[in-house]
Parts: sequence; C-alpha cells; structure tokens
Amino acid sequence: MTATLTMNDLTREAQTSASTPAATASDASEIAATTTPSVVAPDAVVATVAHVQRNEKTQLAARRRREALAGFVQSVVPGLVGVLLFLLLWQALSQTVSQFPGPAKVWDSAVKLFSDPFYRKGPNDQGIGWNILASLQRVGIGFGLAALVGIPMGFMIGRFTYLNRMTAPIISILRPVSPLAWLPIGLMVFKAANPAAIWVIFICSIWPMIINTAVGVQRIPQDYLNVARVLNLSEWKVFTKILLPAVLPYMLTGVQLSIGVAWLVIVAAEMLTGGVGIGFWLWDEWNNLVMEHIIIAIFTIGIVGLLLERLLIAVANRFKFEQV
Amino acid sequence: MSNSFHLVVDNVDKRFNTKQGEFIAIRDVNLRVERGEFVALIGHSGCGKSTLLNLIAGLSDASSGVLVCGGREISGPGPDRGVVFQNHSLLPWLTCFNNVYLAVERVFGATEKKPQLTARTEAALKMVGLTHAMHKHPNEISGGMKQRVGIARALAIEPAVLLLDEPFGALDALTRAHLQDELLRIVAETKSTVVMVTHDVDEAVLLSDRIVMMTNGPAATIGEILDVDLPRPRDRLALAENTDYHHYRKAVVEFLYAKQKRAA
Repeated sequence: MTATLTMNDLTREAQTSASTPAATASDASEIAATTTPSVVAPDAVVATVAHVQRNEKTQLAARRRREALAGFVQSVVPGLVGVLLFLLLWQALSQTVSQFPGPAKVWDSAVKLFSDPFYRKGPNDQGIGWNILASLQRVGIGFGLAALVGIPMGFMIGRFTYLNRMTAPIISILRPVSPLAWLPIGLMVFKAANPAAIWVIFICSIWPMIINTAVGVQRIPQDYLNVARVLNLSEWKVFTKILLPAVLPYMLTGVQLSIGVAWLVIVAAEMLTGGVGIGFWLWDEWNNLVMEHIIIAIFTIGIVGLLLERLLIAVANRFKFEQV
Repeated sequence: MSNSFHLVVDNVDKRFNTKQGEFIAIRDVNLRVERGEFVALIGHSGCGKSTLLNLIAGLSDASSGVLVCGGREISGPGPDRGVVFQNHSLLPWLTCFNNVYLAVERVFGATEKKPQLTARTEAALKMVGLTHAMHKHPNEISGGMKQRVGIARALAIEPAVLLLDEPFGALDALTRAHLQDELLRIVAETKSTVVMVTHDVDEAVLLSDRIVMMTNGPAATIGEILDVDLPRPRDRLALAENTDYHHYRKAVVEFLYAKQKRAA
C-alpha cells in the first residue's frame, strides 16, 4: 500500500517537474522576444519580469493545489472504495439470508435510535446512550482498579528480582485464562452481577499493566541508574526523575493493551450478567429478534473501542521521549 | 578546602567471581593523586583502567585495599566525586538545564535557595559554552554538546575529584580535539583534580601531569608512571613542534606497543 503510494508520488513528481522547466523556457523566450528591440523602456522590462514572476507564483500555487488534491484522493479514495465494497457485500448477503437487514434498513433504524439516546423506560429498556455509558463506567472502574494495583505491582516486580521470580509462575498460569472463566468466582464472591462484571474487567486488564511496567523497570538503562548512584539521589528523586519517566512509555503501552482487552471483555461479560450495558443490550435485542439493533450494537462497540484506543495513543504520545 | 584534598589508592585488588572461578581484574594498585593534579590512566582495553575508575567512583567495592578521597575512605558513590561517563548518560526527558540542576539540587539543595541553585547551574553550563542550548533536550543537541553537559553536570557539584571515563571516546576526531582544548581551559579555571581514563596517547600527553600506564590484564597493575613536565597553558599547535612532547609520547607508545604488546 505504502509502496504503491510512493511510486505514484514519484511518477507525479516526475511529470510536474518535467512540465515546469518547459514553461519557464517558453516564458524566457517571451522575455527575449520583448526585449530584443533595444528601444524598450527599462520599466517595461521590469514589468514583464514581474509578470513572469507572478505567473510562476500562480503556477506554483496551482501545482501545490493539484498535489494536495492528489494526496487527498490517494489517501481517502481507497478507504471509500473499501467501505463501498463492504456495503455492497452486506447488501448482497442481506438479500440471500432471510431476516438479515441490509445497510439502508440498519441506517434508518440507527437514525431513530440515536435521535433519542437517553430515555429511560424501566430498568431493561433504556436508550443506547445509557447502555454505552453503563459499559464505559464498568470498564472505567475495573480498569482503574487494575491500574491502581497492577502498576505499583509491576514496579515492585521489576525492581526486585526475588519478587519477580516469586510471582512469575503464578502470572504465567493465570494470564492466558479466558476472561469469562473468572466470572463465576466474581458472582460467588460478590453475589451480584455488576461487581462480578467489574471483577472480570479487573482481572483481565491487570496482566498487561503488570507485565509491561515490570519490563519497563527492568529495561531502564544502567547509565541512568549510575547517574542516580554517583549523585546519591534520594529514593524519591530516583523514582520521580528516573524510574517514572523511563518506565512511562512501557507503562502506557500496558495501559493501551489493557483498555483494548477490557472493552473486548465487557461486552461478553454483560451478555452473561444482564442489566444495563451495550453487551447486555445486544443480547436483549437478539432475544427480541431486532436484527438491525444487533448490527448497530456491533458498529457502536467497534467505534467506541477505536475511540478509546485513539485516546490512549494520544496520551502515550505526549509522554514519549526521544532515546539518545 | 584544605590541601589535604587528594586521592589515595592503597594496595587495591579487585576480584570478580565468575563461572570459571575467581577472576583477578586488578592487583596491588597504589596511586596517590595530589590536589589539582591531572592524572591519566592509559592501557589496552581490558586492562582494568575502567575498573579502577569505578572503584574510585564507588560504583563497585574493592576486594582488598583501601581508597581514600579527601581524607575519607570511599565506601560508595558520592557527590564528592563527579563522574563523566563515556556515553554522557544524560536523562533524555530532562532539558540540559534540568540535567545539571538535578545534580546541583542534590548537593547544594539543603543549604541554598532556588535562585542560587539556578545560578550555579547556569554558571556550569556557561563554562562549557552551552548557555544558548540550556533549555534544549539531549536529543536536540550534538554528541559533543551532550558530553559538555555531562562535564557541566560533574563540575557543577564542585567535586573534590573529577573522574572521566573515556569521555571523548565516542566523538569524532575534530570534536574530540575541540573538547580537549575546552577541558584544558576548564581544568585550569577550576583547578580541579582529575583522573581520566583514556586509550588515546595524544590525549593523555596533552592533558595530564602524570600518565599512569597499566599492564595487561588479568591481574593488571600499574606498570609505569610518567611525569609529563610540559608548561601550562598548553597549546596543541605549539606542542606539535615541542621535542619534549614527542619524547613523552614516544615513552607511552613504547610502553603500550613494545613492553605491553597485546597477544590479540
């Protein structure tokens, strides 16, 4: 994809640069033609030169506009083509499979749904806005608690080899466990659906944060720690001026992975626990056989997940530093 | 500061425990550095010159023997010894100013107020000619400039001894020469006591009062000590014509390539 883009850019560049000298050459001959009679007043020559310069300027601007347009076309058009093909495929599928709603029907339904996202008609019938917010709240709490526990734990594990060796077997065994396997334990302990769902988020988003933070601490270059040692910095200064900034990029990668996992898991957990939430809503609409809403739910989950990820990438980029 | 400020290395051994058993890195090292003296440690790679410097810095402990700096036994790293590392070791998330300020604050923070600490930091950066790049981050400046910040950081804490571990080893020849001249000027200005590890014969002769030549490891020790009696201030162009300079240079080269010829 990138390769073809560059190729196109190159050919375009070649074409434009080939055409520009030709234009200037003809302009030059024009000047020559006008100046050949020796009686031409000097200010007339200046005027012609200015005219040519203006011409060149407008040409340059036009060229820039063309290039900007071409860049836009090249970056956006493939995406549009992809979406269009996807819609066509979806339309075709909806016509062959009975009950499967087509894009137009889903769009109409979505417009209706999102025109009133925050209504409440009883605990099991709330607007999609409330459902999304309920899911986000669960993710926020579970993920926040996981960060609160996981990041300090990662620091400790990274800093103390003994602790690392002590926890390594447990982490290795528990990390690959499917998130939903933790749900019964949550239900057993908390005897309620909502805390159980939060527990599942907590337990599955904690591992990337622990592991990435620990790796970050272990990979702090010895040089930085030597600086701390020769200056005899206090533990607090070592933490704030060296450990934390050095580990932050790793830590934020862990946070990014965690939030992705948390959002994946919340939908599944809510399907099982019920209540309010986008996952529960999706399952409820399946029970009501409103197929349009299921597809809307899928897109909503996808878009919210994408936004969460983008948000965290933006945060992470703020804290990146150039290695020297 | 009294004249008792100097460095004593007494019968120092450094052994490492390895899988093949004990490895003796350096043995029976005795060295005395007067206050204001510039001493270069030179030898082939692996001769333990950096090991010795790390012992003086306190980054590792001697297996036997005693090291004394400024009348106190060295038992760990401390700000009475300023270290300049080969790869500058600046913290990339701090500006040049803050890299130096971190050290200044550690040493003088208890007794001085913020304006004084800032003034010290700025003075140190001015000395190495970096006032203009003070608020840049390390990734925005050249390798030579980074090493200057490293020197400023080490000098800003007014150490009893300045320890330089191949400080210009990673720089190109022109930048290195330039920084050597700068170091000559700075050391003359601050009257610092310096111990410098190097593998560059010209650098050793140009900068130092004494050149400590180390034998090849394992169990490396001091082979010869050469007094460099060249008048200061030294100028590299004038020295190029100086017969004494060539005599000293030849002595070091002879030691390194005739007496301590490397098997490898």
